[in-house]
Amino acid sequence: MENKLQEIITSNSNSKREDLIPILQRIQEEFNYLPQEAIYAVSKALEMPASKVYSIASFYNLFRFQAIGKYHIRVCNGTACHLSKSSDLLREIKKELKIEPGHATSNRLFSLETVPCMGACHLSPIVRINNTYHTQVESEEIKRVIAEIRKEEEL
Amino acid sequence: MSIDIEVNNKVIKAKKEETILTALQRNGLHVPTLCHMKGLLPTGACRLCVVEVEGMDGLVPACSYPINGWMRIKTHSPRVITARKTNVELLLSNHPDDCLYCIRNGQCELQHLAEELNVHERRFFGSKKKQKIDNSSAAIVRDPDKCILCGRCVRYCDEVLGIAAIEFIRRGTNANVGPEFNNGINTSTCINCGQCIMNCPTGALHERTYHNKIRKALHNPDKHVIAISDSAVAVSLGEEFGLKPGKNVSGTLNAALRLAGFNAIFDTAFGADLYLTEVAKEILERKNNGETTPLVSNHCPAWIRHLEQSEKELHIHTTTAVPPQQQLSRIIKSYYAEKKNLNPDHIFVVALNSCTAKKDEITRKNYLSGSNATIDVSLTTREIADFIKLHGIDFHQVDDELTDLPFGMTSSAGQLHTLSGGLIEGLIRSLFLQDKKREMRPARVTRLRNTKSVKEYVYKKENENINLVAVSGIKEAMKVIAETEQGIRKTDFIEILACKDGCIGGGGQPLRQPADNLKARRKAIYEIDNKGSIKVAEKNPEIEDLVRRYLGESGSKKRKELLHVKPLKE
Amino acid sequence: MSTPTASTINLVEELLLKNTLEIPEDLEQHLIKLRHMTVEKPLIYVGNGTCGQVAGSIKILKEIENYLHENNIDAEVIETGCIGMCWAEPLIDIQLPGRSRLSYKHVSQENVTEILDATFNSTFEPKYILGQFKNEFTEPWEGISFVEDIPFYKNQTRRILKYCGKINPYSLDEYIANGGFSSLSDTLLTKTPAQVRDLVIKSGLRGRGGGGYLTGKKWETAALSQGDQKYLICNADESDPGAFMDRAIIEGNPHLLIEGMALAAYATGTSKSYIYIRSSYELAVKRLVKAIDDCKEAGLLGHNILNSGFNFSIQLATSAGAFVCGEETALINSIEGKRGIPRPRPPYPTQRGLFNKPTVVNNVETLSNVPMIIGEGVDAFRSVGTKESPGTKVFSLSGKTEKSGLIEVPMGYTLKDIIFKISGGIKHNKSFKAAQIGGPSGSCLVEENLETPIDYESLSRIDAIMGSGGLVVADEDTCMVDLSKFFIGFLKDASCGKCIPCREGTHRMLEILEDITRKPRDANHKTLDRFKGVMQLEELGKVISETSLCGLGQTAPKPVLSALKYFRQEFEEHIYERKCSANVCRELRTYEIDPEACTGCTLCMVKCPEKAIIGAVKHPHFIVESKCTGCGICLEVCKFDAVKLK
Repeated sequence: MENKLQEIITSNSNSKREDLIPILQRIQEEFNYLPQEAIYAVSKALEMPASKVYSIASFYNLFRFQAIGKYHIRVCNGTACHLSKSSDLLREIKKELKIEPGHATSNRLFSLETVPCMGACHLSPIVRINNTYHTQVESEEIKRVIAEIRKEEEL
Repeated sequence: MSIDIEVNNKVIKAKKEETILTALQRNGLHVPTLCHMKGLLPTGACRLCVVEVEGMDGLVPACSYPINGWMRIKTHSPRVITARKTNVELLLSNHPDDCLYCIRNGQCELQHLAEELNVHERRFFGSKKKQKIDNSSAAIVRDPDKCILCGRCVRYCDEVLGIAAIEFIRRGTNANVGPEFNNGINTSTCINCGQCIMNCPTGALHERTYHNKIRKALHNPDKHVIAISDSAVAVSLGEEFGLKPGKNVSGTLNAALRLAGFNAIFDTAFGADLYLTEVAKEILERKNNGETTPLVSNHCPAWIRHLEQSEKELHIHTTTAVPPQQQLSRIIKSYYAEKKNLNPDHIFVVALNSCTAKKDEITRKNYLSGSNATIDVSLTTREIADFIKLHGIDFHQVDDELTDLPFGMTSSAGQLHTLSGGLIEGLIRSLFLQDKKREMRPARVTRLRNTKSVKEYVYKKENENINLVAVSGIKEAMKVIAETEQGIRKTDFIEILACKDGCIGGGGQPLRQPADNLKARRKAIYEIDNKGSIKVAEKNPEIEDLVRRYLGESGSKKRKELLHVKPLKE
Repeated sequence: MSTPTASTINLVEELLLKNTLEIPEDLEQHLIKLRHMTVEKPLIYVGNGTCGQVAGSIKILKEIENYLHENNIDAEVIETGCIGMCWAEPLIDIQLPGRSRLSYKHVSQENVTEILDATFNSTFEPKYILGQFKNEFTEPWEGISFVEDIPFYKNQTRRILKYCGKINPYSLDEYIANGGFSSLSDTLLTKTPAQVRDLVIKSGLRGRGGGGYLTGKKWETAALSQGDQKYLICNADESDPGAFMDRAIIEGNPHLLIEGMALAAYATGTSKSYIYIRSSYELAVKRLVKAIDDCKEAGLLGHNILNSGFNFSIQLATSAGAFVCGEETALINSIEGKRGIPRPRPPYPTQRGLFNKPTVVNNVETLSNVPMIIGEGVDAFRSVGTKESPGTKVFSLSGKTEKSGLIEVPMGYTLKDIIFKISGGIKHNKSFKAAQIGGPSGSCLVEENLETPIDYESLSRIDAIMGSGGLVVADEDTCMVDLSKFFIGFLKDASCGKCIPCREGTHRMLEILEDITRKPRDANHKTLDRFKGVMQLEELGKVISETSLCGLGQTAPKPVLSALKYFRQEFEEHIYERKCSANVCRELRTYEIDPEACTGCTLCMVKCPEKAIIGAVKHPHFIVESKCTGCGICLEVCKFDAVKLK
């Protein structure tokens, strides 16, 4: 991990403080979250206190500090989706997976996140599982998909 | 350029481009503030200083709005008062309701604001946070539930110290102040200087107290409890009892401590005298050996912690002499123990000082500790006051008493080390004596007696100079070291203290200290020196006695064992 | 996809550098081809904007490519942006040589083969036809109505969105062929920066990001500020829930934004710029990067643009996600690599902004208006809209309207016309209740405001704001208390936390609303407390809006207070009667069992998670209201339809 981190951090020569957020974004793209080591590595490379790096990273929605599951479930939290009962949908998914948004199941198979408006409002409510969009979806459908995934992963 | 503005129907003079707040304060007009920090740029975060300005929508923050022309301002209109009151009530709505148990009860800025704004009923009920208290450090405790996110601690640690051990983390109502990952501060870059506590308006940051340990020792008939106190405490403690800042209350303190059951009270300045003699010798030796790396003091534990944590390679050599408190405590647990026929393990040494970092210094495994850990508890000025009050001692009724001998006898040079520039002033006198074999007259070095953060003195030896520098502030110290490395500056010895003005402005001092208090304390310590008859450490008769009976001359094996440690890995 | 080739260089030379309206015949023909007015082989457009992708366009694209490959057909496939008719997506358009472009709606992986079969049999598949596009160069199809006549399309005034969904966003050539960059070339060759600023001031263009500030005035201040380096920032952060106008503009016609920015930079004396765009807008970023690269290669960005001596560069900065970064100074802090926290103003960004230099921050839509103002003139721009709010506005319409998507209407258009003329009324024949304009910072418009013209002044008079263009329509089944709670919850999460009124105030407001939308936790919690809470909403709202540091806090109370104003009765129902008539607030829902219909099968009793149903076997069951949490499981499982919402 150390090498990959260094590669990412130094890919932009003359990294200045302004480059902090793009560097963190690239790290998250690589690892799907920001490992602790990353914060310290960036802090050293940019000559910034680690507390500041973490302070900036923890401010923004994008950055996670825990790895996501194999199947990352995103529930859209836009206005139109809310009017289409996305909160009920979220509740059912939480019950099914027994986790809160921002967390993963203990076997790391699923993780759950509420995301800001995806901007496809006419198809609300929307749930995205990895790269598949489930549109105008009801909780039964999502529960079915989760069950299918569970079955497949057991094999 | 002067501009007229109207405030509360009166015309006052303001300067172009200055903020409304500056103009108001200069004219003695008060508006409450919370996030405002003198000398730093305004952030406009708390919104308590808002005022009504004719022609402007909304209310205007006085701290950050510049005056560019005529303005009609109302600082206490009903609209403004409602806004301030509501904002304070919002702070109170999710603040823990345990004022009576809080260490800042009676000294809390939030309490004062609530009082000023007449908050007498609970209107808003917010969900209370339940965050863990961070007890990881031996010196400083973090209680995040009480944090009102004013940002003063963050800004001080970052902008003034240049360390940034703590920062704002997360966002909105989930925001908090802490090190990365909200780790315990003992694993962060925190140096325990306690200035965050001095800036904190509530009890979110406070020192770790050890009252129980002291009480236990005092009630243990087998324990011989000794207090060692210093000049910073002597000239500041009185403020906690309503006395004028700068009043030297060391006599009252001695009496109070004896009433509380202490077996002996000594003066840390005795240890400082030993320290001065050892360090002066070290400076001269290094000069004779042609050493060019500057020698650096180690009596500020916050600086030492910073040095230990620094990833940078610094070309300095830290003195191997142990700091003044340890000089004295080691003598106590060896020579004094022998003399009094006491088991050193039964001697309980309580160091009284103005410092929070010393709490960490004495407990942490560092180059000073191990079997030579000789101080049992370190108390701050604030805690001493609490201790005295707890024991029902009326500070105003007690008669002055002297410190005990032999270690109550000090030179006046030894008293200076709690001021920035004080150590080197004492060193210069010792250097002079050790070099020229006579005392320096006049003893006082006036050019060091100011509030600059970097002070210099060139001691002229026969064919060469010894450049001494006194620095206060971590950022400033790192700069001086860098300048020396780059050849911009010639330095042979650097006295480094983390707190502005030195220990008199330490993290353990009375809270709410206006700048005038610092001035008064400084003046008082210089007065002690001016009035003292023994001006140089080596001439302290009790030191001479100790040398004769026990320590031996300079360079002796005993001295090396007792008063020095292995060099700090650099 | 085209790449800047000899073709582009030629266009730049012949059209832009020459800056003439007289175009030789052969060039004219070339342009017609580039604009796809005529095609030599079949051309298939796939609506592949983000909303199209969510609807499934990527799979359709693959199907099409497979079909063409398997059937050995030589046809061109172009991905476009969003035409705005999201209600009809997925959309594909097919243009056969000599015939007009046909638009198909609700295309799927399954039915696209049918459509392609018909196409390559030189006909069309009527089942999925949306319409055909007007084209003077080709033969129209018989019996097919025009897309331009669909009420949704017809009633719009599409200037910014004119080419979105119609052209290839990856083609710089097509943009130039459609008149793109002619405003820039004309400006660089014939106008001074002061003249450009003057035109924009006269045009009355106002910031489309929500502020409504006069753009020309902002440029003037920046141009006159002292600074050795000035910056232009395009705010493409667009984090209002339900707003995706800027995304569509960039995905559909990225060169328009680039031209607008170049003009703004010239006018204000800035040579460096940033586009601050949401990192989640991956497709928009991709298309923008390509457009910028192509422009650079063609000499339309970089040094000495069009030999004029004007230097201008664009850098992308992707945001890491924070609604508050839509605020100018927070945005600037974010680009500087800090927490996105607003700064006190003054100094304003036009005086000291990015890296402490004079900075102009403009919204995507604002900048996209500039080429037209320069190119067609102030009068043409002002020909629609109102006196104080000239021009058009792009709205993203969502919620309960029959049709939703992106529309562009003149300022001053009414909400009534938007909903009933353009969008086909409310879905399922329900009645209109309210429309939230301006997202979480805005107020709701109700029945009595349906005829209010939508422009900055008229909205301001009814204490509403334009916002950035998000328009969400609610029907009778929407609970306004719940909707207010949603908005304040959003703002509470979005708050940066710096200032007390916003950080603590939005949280307290949320708690008050949560209090009235759920079952009381303890018996002592009286109605009076709930009522007091609602009174406090108004007091708190005033202090929050008067003392907050930035726009987020200052406008935070708006949704709640406007809902309270127009729907007080609904709030009171929640407080006193513990009832949610729209049946949205779950904990206030109660169910009852019809004793006539109940057979006593005990299924609901067994399934109830709260053990709130009592009854003996074969006897009618009963729901204990105080235990019921309104989950609705009993209603779901009952085979006898005996469970009803109260």
